[in-house]
Amino acid sequence: MIDPVILIPSLINGLTTGALYALVALGLTLIYGVLHIINFAHGAMLMMALYGVFFLNRLFGIDPYVALLIVPPAMFAIGYALQRGIIGRASHGRDENILLVTLGLSIIIENMALYFFRSDTRTIETPYSFEVVEFAGAFVPVAKVVAFFGALVTAALLWAFMSKTDLGRAIRALAKERKGARLVGINVDHVFAMSFGIGVACLGVAACLLMPSYYVNPQVGYGFVLIAFTTVVLGGMGSFVGAMIGGLVIGVVEAMGGLFLGDSLGQFGIFAIFILILMFRPTGLLGHKV
Amino acid sequence: MSGEPILEVSGLRAGYGAVEVLRGVDLTIRRGDIVALLGSNGVGKTTFNAVLSGLIRPWAGKVAFKGSDITGIGAASVVDAGMSLVPEGRLIFPNMTVKENLILGSYRRARGNRDANIDKIVAIFPRLKERFEQKAGTLSGGEQQMLAIGRGMMAEPELLILDEPSLGLSPLLVEEMFNLIRRLNEEGLTILLVEQNVAQSLEIATTGYVLENGAISLSGPAATLMDDPNLQRSYLGI
Repeated sequence: MIDPVILIPSLINGLTTGALYALVALGLTLIYGVLHIINFAHGAMLMMALYGVFFLNRLFGIDPYVALLIVPPAMFAIGYALQRGIIGRASHGRDENILLVTLGLSIIIENMALYFFRSDTRTIETPYSFEVVEFAGAFVPVAKVVAFFGALVTAALLWAFMSKTDLGRAIRALAKERKGARLVGINVDHVFAMSFGIGVACLGVAACLLMPSYYVNPQVGYGFVLIAFTTVVLGGMGSFVGAMIGGLVIGVVEAMGGLFLGDSLGQFGIFAIFILILMFRPTGLLGHKV
Repeated sequence: MSGEPILEVSGLRAGYGAVEVLRGVDLTIRRGDIVALLGSNGVGKTTFNAVLSGLIRPWAGKVAFKGSDITGIGAASVVDAGMSLVPEGRLIFPNMTVKENLILGSYRRARGNRDANIDKIVAIFPRLKERFEQKAGTLSGGEQQMLAIGRGMMAEPELLILDEPSLGLSPLLVEEMFNLIRRLNEEGLTILLVEQNVAQSLEIATTGYVLENGAISLSGPAATLMDDPNLQRSYLGI
């Protein structure tokens, strides 16, 4: 049996990373659940948010956690405008068009980043960059602890918003019954754009929580979005709780994979799970039949 | 007992693509009435409702509600104005609880009276009270119909349009549904009842209109229509 001295830090590391995967997946699953589209630009928009956090820090000395007041609202506004001005307009109500539009957006955003910022990997330094806390015999970076709880709090707030406010209810109503939603007076275009904006704002939160312990380059979104897709499939498309559990499970599986199989094979377990889920439970852990 | 006109439809034409479904419909509803719009499948009843509720724009003609022109103003504004449609097939939100469905009925209108209206509606439909926290998709057909009507009433409409409320219900429930519609009307609600069920509809209606092939072929006081030989031959099998 493996020594707990190695196992526990690895487990904690997996949970903290997993909470951020969950947050990214939450945005993806919200957009999918309501608009029935897979947002291919999700990774590119996470990268955009990470650059936002990076430049706020580098140019204005704004701490990433203070940037929580700036980046998520900015991402929300960008998401709302994109859905209302470009994605919704160009789709003409056809799902395959939306797919292509978001794919196109991701290509544009990534290449603009490459052109303006080059492909250098950049990091920021904060006063707490090297701070650690001791927990169950393991030393955990402060930034990861903040990220973990920050992601959980965000998920809880989002859940409360979806179940306790009229707009949240309208979003859920629209997800399942568009015509019925129009008949009670829900403005479909507006609520679609709000959903897209909120899904993208989740990326803004993730970026602020991630940046102190991570890096940014124009390709940084790929890894996250691949894992976010797996998380969403694992949890069940459109399921909130599923995305949370899925994110945590995948974080732990990745960490354990790294521990037992070595770093380069760490992600092996994630895709093994992905294939098994597709084979035996294609609706995901908490998904419903469509 | 009939009041002033609340809804006046004139020369309404509408359709899908190149197909014309409504070929000039005229219809008037007076405050306090139950007006029955009758007709078999495919004569344009649902299209007529879609135009009234703002789901689709008409090609020509005018819809005036409480004296102002509401032609083509869109579904949300129609709800704002005080007209609610309880659609054919119910179109409730299956993934949400009975309570949440009712709450969303007041998404645009009568928000302030939300709690009081929920109490009022579960008093009319005690079955909804029993199922209050249950997902609407798990309800029986009859219960879903009650929920759809309740959701429509949550906006405190001045005119409630019921599209085929008896469809898919057992004969016993159909009887109950018509009694209920009569009761709602007695409490002051103006109702447009769109139905295939000619005999039972005319029994509770004040005025009736028969829609055939996209145009009104027959109209008049419900009692007169009941005795009309053409109607009896075509719809009542007498």
